Amino acid sequence: MLSRVADSLYWMSRYLERAENTARQLDVTMNLMLDPGGASAEIRWQRLTGSLGKSAGMEWNGDLEQMARKLVFDGLHPASVTFCVNGARENARQVREEISSEQWQRLNRLFHQMHSENALALFSSNINDSLASVIDGIHLFQGVSDTTMIHGQGWQFIRLGRYLERAYATATLLEVYQPDLILTPEREHSGYQYLELVGLLRCSTSFEAYCHEYTADLSPGRILEFLLLNRDFPHAIRYCVDSIRDSVDKIQRTGGRRPPDELTAVIGRLHAMLGFTTISEILAADAASFLHTIREQCMRVHELIYHHYVHYSIQSALVA
Amino acid sequence: MSAGHPVEMETLFGDYALDRAFDEMREADGQVRPHYRALAETLARLPQDELQRRKQSADLSFLTQGITFTVYGRDEGTERIFPYDLLPRLVTAQEWDRIERGLTQRITALNLFLRDVYSEARILSDRVVPRDLVYSCKHYRRQMRGLQVPRNVYIAVVGSDLLRLNTGEFVVLEDNLRVPSGVSYMLTNRRVMKRTFPQLFSSYGVRPIEHYPQLLLATLRSLAPEGRPVPNIVLLTPGVFNSAYFEHTYLARQMGIDLVEGRDLVTHDNIVYMRTTDGLKRVDVIYRRVDDDFSDPLVFRADSSLGCSGLFNAYRAGNVTVTNAFGTGLADDKALYAYVPRIIRYYLNEDAILPNVETYLMTDEKERRHVLANLDKLVVKAVGESGGYGMLIGPHSTARQREEFARQIEANPRNYIAQPTLDFSRAPCLINNRLEPRHVDLRPYVLFGDKVNIVPGGLTRVALERGSLVVNSSQGGGSKDTWVLEQ
Repeated sequence: MLSRVADSLYWMSRYLERAENTARQLDVTMNLMLDPGGASAEIRWQRLTGSLGKSAGMEWNGDLEQMARKLVFDGLHPASVTFCVNGARENARQVREEISSEQWQRLNRLFHQMHSENALALFSSNINDSLASVIDGIHLFQGVSDTTMIHGQGWQFIRLGRYLERAYATATLLEVYQPDLILTPEREHSGYQYLELVGLLRCSTSFEAYCHEYTADLSPGRILEFLLLNRDFPHAIRYCVDSIRDSVDKIQRTGGRRPPDELTAVIGRLHAMLGFTTISEILAADAASFLHTIREQCMRVHELIYHHYVHYSIQSALVA
Repeated sequence: MSAGHPVEMETLFGDYALDRAFDEMREADGQVRPHYRALAETLARLPQDELQRRKQSADLSFLTQGITFTVYGRDEGTERIFPYDLLPRLVTAQEWDRIERGLTQRITALNLFLRDVYSEARILSDRVVPRDLVYSCKHYRRQMRGLQVPRNVYIAVVGSDLLRLNTGEFVVLEDNLRVPSGVSYMLTNRRVMKRTFPQLFSSYGVRPIEHYPQLLLATLRSLAPEGRPVPNIVLLTPGVFNSAYFEHTYLARQMGIDLVEGRDLVTHDNIVYMRTTDGLKRVDVIYRRVDDDFSDPLVFRADSSLGCSGLFNAYRAGNVTVTNAFGTGLADDKALYAYVPRIIRYYLNEDAILPNVETYLMTDEKERRHVLANLDKLVVKAVGESGGYGMLIGPHSTARQREEFARQIEANPRNYIAQPTLDFSRAPCLINNRLEPRHVDLRPYVLFGDKVNIVPGGLTRVALERGSLVVNSSQGGGSKDTWVLEQ
């Protein structure tokens, strides 16, 4: 497939994953703020923008509704949901012939929904519903992508974008929460601490899945284990990395061009880090630097994919 | 008119006034033409809000499908849905037959003309067309001289604009031989109409047009370079900011070919490649939706990055087919247009089946004086422009505009032509829940590969403003579906 097209599909998918992540984390954070006994609104807000990255221009000013509106609707700020939805649609528009009509219509509807008068009105009257409808729109798009598109190279690039973005976002989220939660020795849970832990799990839609695996007995160590090392839960980093590995493998098999050794090596290393480690080893060593390494390696995967599939030199291609 | 619904018909027509222009639906005495009766009766039977409801549901369908176009000269990248009218324009089998024969003849002759001008130029030696007119045309490309074009087809994709005069006769207003657009609206209009009026559609016996993309693909394939049995065909677009971008993506998807931009292409040793995730892949046929000027910075405009450096040399070497060929704009120059009947006679020894509109050449002293004296009655057009830009419509102009045009004509007579202001035909449109007549033209799409192919239909463009004569989408025009009837 055309390199430019692959790049657009990849970014379309990354932007949508990011939009969903932002909407969900905002929703959870605002929910937590209803119980002011835990952390202050300001700390929660900083945690939120920290885990979303790009916090410049999003500093806490005391007016929660205005801040939240900015984070959703300010199309000029790169952290906002609208910015991401615009980015996704702009990328989709450039590869309109590659995606299915259903995908395009779904995404287009989401775009028009974000830009309608109604969206702001709904947001003012019920923030929860407003964010839920955005998330629904993105879920629908993902479902439609999986059911209406050939699962060939294009779809693999979409998958690659989704899981790379998700792995990176989950690692960032854990890194931000880690000083507050993970390093505190396990104590008798006050109700507030329980809420905090539920918040962390909800930020990655993993509360119910966690309970299913470990019961509602929340402990920081287990949460970390679940979000890092679970092989079956789609928001766990290990699951994301396995998907990335699988996609790169399938892209190679349909295309016939071997990925560069370094790409195989970095993905293999990530896979091994998550597949052959126990949580006690991670906690005994340095959880923070473990998370940091994962983020760095994800960045490296992104760069290598870009230079191999999208922006390669003509000389190297002619020789091959 | 059916006697069963006199009252409804009365409300339907309201103050639908006939004037000198031919009315597609009604005879001069107000009677509904036989082939429009079923439509009129259906409309009369529908409850008041029903039409409006169907219109809204069709609107929404256009918007979510992203069937939009970009308007230049306003906020960059403003997207709008292409305005369209819910009522079909009907063309009888007999009328269509004449159109089809006329266009086939015309395109065949124009293609022979291009081939001749870019090789021996016999028509110029024989003084049928003046030499200066050809060599002063801004779309003449001297780079094309002596170049062998695959199958001698210069114009594979054409969209000619037809008007219907008050005699009921169709005439050709202009030929679009460079990169005609609008065919995607023809196809999507049809899809929406089938959903909006399913029963009416099936009762009418309308000839299908849906196979256009397949015909286009077959045309492109037939023009592939020798020795490339499974050609890689691509559609070259200027990119997402082009007004017809929706159409480019639509056609590429319908044909199942890659949509490429200039930046996706590279040339090496006179072979064109596209950059793919699997490395470089050779390109054999390019259906080009980029103007000549922007196609190759090494040969045409050096400041453009929309095309691909080295494309023209690869084309010259016969390693890639680019269609339409370069330099075809010569034959749709509005001044050369006046010579088309003579061109048809010269090459085919036939009379033109579809007549031209009377055209005054400003290079002719006598005609120029006549035009300058009658600017308020005529339409003046810049020869190299399209899309309704660079035009003066005399009866609707101000004295100031006329002075401005007079000055420009004097300064550069070769750049302008004039034509009488035509009372071209009007068709009923749904305006605020009532029927009102609006001026319409017709742009059928012609494909030319192994042979000339015209899908029965085309884009009927509508001047949606009352009394307006401008149908271009960039100037407030819209479209409606065109139903060519089986009989």
